[in-house]
Amino acid sequence: MDNREVILDIRDLYTTFHTREGIVHAVNGISYQLHAGETLGIVGESGCGKSVSMLSVIDLLESPPAKIDAEAIYFKDKNLREISKSDMRRIRGSSITMIFQDPMTSLNPVLTIGFQIKEPLKLHLGMNDEQAAKRSAELLALVGIPEAENRLSDYPHQFSGGMRQRAMIAMALACNPTLLIADEPTTALDVTIQAQLVELIKGIQKELGMALIWITHDLGVVAGIAERVVVMYAGFVVEDAKVDDLYGNPLHPYTSALLKSLPRVDDDQEEKLATIEGMPPGLLERPECCPFEPRCSFAKDICRNENPPLEELKPGHRVACWVDMNTGELR
Amino acid sequence: MNKEKNILVKVDKLVKYFPITRGIVFQKEVGAVKAVDNISFEIREGETLGLVGESGCGKSTTGRTILQLHEPTSGHVYYRGEDLSKIPANKLRKLRRNIQIIFQDPYASLNPRMTIGDIIAEPLEIHNIGNAKTSRERVQELLNLVGLNPFFIKRYPHEFSGGQRQRIGVARALALNPEFIVCDEPISALDVSVQAQVVNLLEELQEKFNLTYLFIAHDLSMVRHISDRIAVMYLGKLVELADRDALFNNKMHPYSISLLSAVPIPDPPKERQRKRIILKGDVPSPANVPSGCRFHTRCPIAEEICKREDPPWIEKETDHWVACHLVEKAQRLML
Repeated sequence: MDNREVILDIRDLYTTFHTREGIVHAVNGISYQLHAGETLGIVGESGCGKSVSMLSVIDLLESPPAKIDAEAIYFKDKNLREISKSDMRRIRGSSITMIFQDPMTSLNPVLTIGFQIKEPLKLHLGMNDEQAAKRSAELLALVGIPEAENRLSDYPHQFSGGMRQRAMIAMALACNPTLLIADEPTTALDVTIQAQLVELIKGIQKELGMALIWITHDLGVVAGIAERVVVMYAGFVVEDAKVDDLYGNPLHPYTSALLKSLPRVDDDQEEKLATIEGMPPGLLERPECCPFEPRCSFAKDICRNENPPLEELKPGHRVACWVDMNTGELR
Repeated sequence: MNKEKNILVKVDKLVKYFPITRGIVFQKEVGAVKAVDNISFEIREGETLGLVGESGCGKSTTGRTILQLHEPTSGHVYYRGEDLSKIPANKLRKLRRNIQIIFQDPYASLNPRMTIGDIIAEPLEIHNIGNAKTSRERVQELLNLVGLNPFFIKRYPHEFSGGQRQRIGVARALALNPEFIVCDEPISALDVSVQAQVVNLLEELQEKFNLTYLFIAHDLSMVRHISDRIAVMYLGKLVELADRDALFNNKMHPYSISLLSAVPIPDPPKERQRKRIILKGDVPSPANVPSGCRFHTRCPIAEEICKREDPPWIEKETDHWVACHLVEKAQRLML
């Protein structure tokens, strides 16, 4: 299968938020692995736990209200659940870095772009100001900002949305990470700018060889960038497969319905779009049955009583569903 | 075939500038944001015209100026031949029954302190139609029509999901039996699995009531699905307008070509092989537009003439309008 070294191994991760309304079950026991240099897409609708699961991995959630519970989360040979806060800080921002969705709010508006890129360099690599400034200019040039040296003294408001996201990428790349987590990095941007950034990140990944986790709700973007895709629904992983298998032969009714409901720019279908009736479940109760059952056209009795485990049905293709969609019968 | 259809809305040389002022007491104009700059097109009865472009290109301003929610700086909007900017206010108000809008953000466009029954009945009240009993019946009928339970009439917007709220927005727009609805990015705030539900609803309603839509969006795949004709806008100008299939199969403007090549397709093998034109840089500010053709700063094929002269808006083929000096060169881009 994949002979590359496993660098991230998430085992049975649960994340809950304790709020006034009750306990929100955001992530309900997910497990998967990521290999060195691999590009993994995590897709799902808003509230499915895709961002929260990653923020849990790098311990960026405020606790309380968040409560993270996992058997283990291994990053290389370290269990991230057991290391100290200061060790975690050393990993976060250097070996594992993250790009956030909204480039308008994730940069500090009162600090210059240069200051913000220099920060991780000084902190993690112990550079002095002069070295860090030189490296920052190189990084800005790497992410395609013209006249990089002069732009270091600019403030975020002087950058456009696309340029801010480029600056974020430069910060994330500053310490040569092993793993880059991109949380909907292009959702707030226009398609032509999105295309620029996707090309940029792909190119940089090829050059630096880091692993990439790309969180998105856009199945189109993932098709172009990911090797493997994890589909999440209501805090569960419902399918995990190589990208061609997932799109060519989805085994979970949710994945299949989602793909059918997408209009395509390369295809002039006249017929009505397939829809998934209803909406995603609320997260205040942890579902005891299959979370997709109320919206599923294949639902059987067992689906109402028991949540299907995530099983490897074909090599490298895991799915959590009792029903075989080809026959409509139980597996 | 479309040519014989009646023209419902005619937009003629429409211009909307927003002034940039300086000073507090003695304000003076120091410039203008050229949101919409001299555009002309027609919307035919019963069709869906898709209007696409990137953020800040003026597509929403166009929609709102057509409805006279913004007063045009110059130019005219004709509705069934009547000039909307010239007719007296009381007549315009009557006419407004026929033209409605569905807004982008279903969270911001419903008053949180009103029940949805009151929200949907408000247009009836404003136009003095019926009494309390008839409008209640009408609201229930509308809720049924958009696929919501009529018992929800006493509930408040916060009790509904985004998709359901957008249905409420649709019901409100339908309350007065309009002919023409401007749909201003009605699905971009919704989740993927819910988008298809709302689009199908809009299509069903169109068939049922012979509605005409101006469908404003930045999602080209959805626009391709829903539109009969599509207009592409860039920095306040229309760059191309054609039948849907003509626009997708015989694109003429380098911007339309690049824009379409940038839309990802959910099909991995195809996506890997696709030829892509990646545009350089960002969209320039509409307060400071480039000379000549506005697209020349990012255009992959620009020549000297593009910097000097604004290309005319011409009907290159029947029903296929484009504004580019170099159509032939552009069409070779994807080869």
